[in-house]
Amino acid sequence: MKLSDLPALNVAELRELLRAREVSAREVVEALRERIAEIDPAIHAYLSLDLEEALKQAENVDLDLPLGGVPIAFKDIISMAGQPCTCASNILRNYRATYDATVVERLKKAGAITFGKTNLDEFAMGSSTENSSAGPTHNPWDITRVPGGSSGGSAAAVSADQAFAALGTDTGGSVRQPAAFSGVVGLKPSYGRVSRFGLVAFASSLDQAGTLTKTVRDAALLLNAIAGPDARDSTCLANSVPDYAENLDRELRGLRLGLPKEYMTDGIDSQVRAAINAAIAHFESSGVEIVEVSLPHTEYAVATYYMIASAEASANLARFDGVRYGHRAEGPRDLLDLYGRTREEGFGAEVKRRVILGTYVLSAGYYDEYYNRAQKVRRLIRQDFAEVFSKVDALISPTTPESAFRLGERSADPLRMYLADVFTIPASLAGICGISVPCGFARTEEGTELPIGLQLLGKPLDEARILSIAHGYEQGTDWHKRKPRLAPKLQVPSSKIQT
Amino acid sequence: MRASDIHKIDVAHVARLARLDLTTDEAALFQEQLARVLEYAEKLRAPDTSGMDSAVEGDTLDVLREDEPRPWFTAEEALSNAPRQANDLFVVPKVVE
Repeated sequence: MKLSDLPALNVAELRELLRAREVSAREVVEALRERIAEIDPAIHAYLSLDLEEALKQAENVDLDLPLGGVPIAFKDIISMAGQPCTCASNILRNYRATYDATVVERLKKAGAITFGKTNLDEFAMGSSTENSSAGPTHNPWDITRVPGGSSGGSAAAVSADQAFAALGTDTGGSVRQPAAFSGVVGLKPSYGRVSRFGLVAFASSLDQAGTLTKTVRDAALLLNAIAGPDARDSTCLANSVPDYAENLDRELRGLRLGLPKEYMTDGIDSQVRAAINAAIAHFESSGVEIVEVSLPHTEYAVATYYMIASAEASANLARFDGVRYGHRAEGPRDLLDLYGRTREEGFGAEVKRRVILGTYVLSAGYYDEYYNRAQKVRRLIRQDFAEVFSKVDALISPTTPESAFRLGERSADPLRMYLADVFTIPASLAGICGISVPCGFARTEEGTELPIGLQLLGKPLDEARILSIAHGYEQGTDWHKRKPRLAPKLQVPSSKIQT
Repeated sequence: MRASDIHKIDVAHVARLARLDLTTDEAALFQEQLARVLEYAEKLRAPDTSGMDSAVEGDTLDVLREDEPRPWFTAEEALSNAPRQANDLFVVPKVVE
């Protein structure tokens, strides 16, 4: 195998070569460096790279560890000691993390090599990776389109073979939606399955670290390394962690999958609908029973989410005040002037919008009207899921109503952007687990092909089951084997995206 | 309270609460955009939530760990990103006369 062929491998394939000592970890890092240098100018998936550090790790890594020698990329909202953690925000432009997030620590312990941080919507607030202070990431399948968001850099890096796998974070769909748009596998574990320690907090009751990978097996391999209790995150659950990779090969026959009727509305693009229907037919031919179910409060999920997530964000982002780290306004008149101008200068438009909205819904006179009401509706949404999970093993739906939209198309209309997450938000509010897997392609008017994602949702802590169902589907289809056609030295369209 | 009253966020007031000095243009833009978001949120009045606990209260668990000393950041590490510092302290504008 030529070294230049290495980046196209998935984690499991790469591990075979490393375990057999057919390639060295150093060669893997070198091959990845070449690939990134060639491709990333057109995609802009990375915000920072430290390949010297990666080469150092490669020299000392134990290749017999579960992920020994596998380079993994991290969304730039995940702390890694000594490395930037900008959250794609000017307020953290020069910030360097002083410690490793638990997910970083655990992946390193499993032998993974860290080398780079990926682009995102500022503080993970967005669905397109356009709200980045460093400029947008481009979709490898069509560079005039968004990769999804907020973990768009991680999704695009994996899709374009510039990463073997990456971590992202999912608050309302930020792993599953970019996975669907970029044609990769995106796993959001249940709330509490993976430690949030070291993730810069956006909405603490919703945030969860997740994986972006080329295959379902790779998602299981990464989850094996990162899942489990952590004394430094009190919301991280104590439940024991099964071997997700060992449990992938389960029979599909006899399973019952629920199809929520509220997710198959007229608002779905016809090509997405056709792909989901084909996936349903595939499952039925494999002996899976598909039953229509109802999640009656689905239509309230987006509004509920924006009240709760913005409220939590306004509180979490209060820490960015110019005192201890990050940007500080010049020549402050007094302390309040320092706070007010630092935040005005440091935050981008979407972050400001959500801080204002969140502060408003928590303010005197409006708390019950908006925030508390949203929390009650959140209960109803959770009950919907609890009820259907007494009848079915998992749920099946499109990940998104449409495939990837054009850069700039929705930037001026926040509400329309929010509605891109209509099928991923309910699971986040309920704290359950979900995965998006490639299930087909939509053809655009210009003749390009855009990936479509199939979402499977499972009960809390039932990751093993949705992974095995997704794996069963993947083994019977070849959507995940298709790669975007990326010519070297692609011309990047000059982008006029305002953040 | 009428819907039209509710949608009128006093953005300048809320910005002061949030310690965020918006420009006049930003305040005007957000006023309009957030009015639409709040109008959309009106739909949350429709479902029957009577007898429903707020999800905040229902899930709050007190989790306490042993109060044991353990190694943590050094002063140097904690100050490594400080915009201004002196004598192992963060420096801010004077707050007391």
